[in-house]
Amino acid sequence: MLMEALEDLNLGDETIGVAPVGCSVFAYHYMDIDMQQAAHGRAPAVATGIKRVMPDKTVFTYQGDGDLAAIGTAETIHACNRGENITFIFINNGIYGMTGGQMAPTTLENMKSSTSPYGRDLKSMGHPLKMTELVANLNGVAYATRQAVHTPALVRKCKKAIVKAFKLQKENKGTTFVEIVTNCNSGWKMRPVQANEWLQKNMIPYYPLGDIKK
Amino acid sequence: MAKVRGAVEIDIEKCKGCEICINVCPTKTLKMSEAVNSKGYSFAEMINDNCTGCTNCALVCPETIITVYRKKF
Repeated sequence: MLMEALEDLNLGDETIGVAPVGCSVFAYHYMDIDMQQAAHGRAPAVATGIKRVMPDKTVFTYQGDGDLAAIGTAETIHACNRGENITFIFINNGIYGMTGGQMAPTTLENMKSSTSPYGRDLKSMGHPLKMTELVANLNGVAYATRQAVHTPALVRKCKKAIVKAFKLQKENKGTTFVEIVTNCNSGWKMRPVQANEWLQKNMIPYYPLGDIKK
Repeated sequence: MAKVRGAVEIDIEKCKGCEICINVCPTKTLKMSEAVNSKGYSFAEMINDNCTGCTNCALVCPETIITVYRKKF
């Protein structure tokens, strides 16, 4: 879908993606464009550098929630605050998927993960972090939206949001931030269809979909 | 009004059998196969020819291996 959006905008040859550590490293296998690896959580810093050296290129980061919301919180917030002309694609599935389903800052209340086997307790483990609302408050951010991809209609909407984000980047409006709420059925220990139902029932009420800043 | 009939082509070697396409198909055209691919997954296949070419299956496929063709009559 991300690639479809780039193809629609005819940006395929001039786009550079930055994928840090996590399941996002598989992005290289799926996306036939220029990609750059970054250290865990540091994709916004690398993307900032790429964009400043080559301002005519389209630059995006493809990050998971353990990466963007936990390890790279500082980089994310400061890149957004500086209003760097990059696009964040933030894949939120509520856990650290690649390392074995550990709890991430975005894990929901009472949600079980391998490091919170009795469910997340808000008193001792804190509240789930709403990253998109957080960065929407920053002046450098031009567009912050939350989307999902578990139904065909939402897939279409999400593609529109990504196209809009890249267009704003081309117009040098500032940072664009697209959060995609998704599942991790192997980490959640569910079948794919069941995981999508769980996502609709539990994730969407806490992470409401739609544009938060436009 | 011209009738539209669709046909679905699935790259079965890349299918991992997640069944999401079957769940979103409005005409129940797809079903899991009894055979398996070379990796041992059963894959989605067309069982009816009532496909309308709505592309729902192709949109939700996590592996993006579904191609939908449409033909007008």
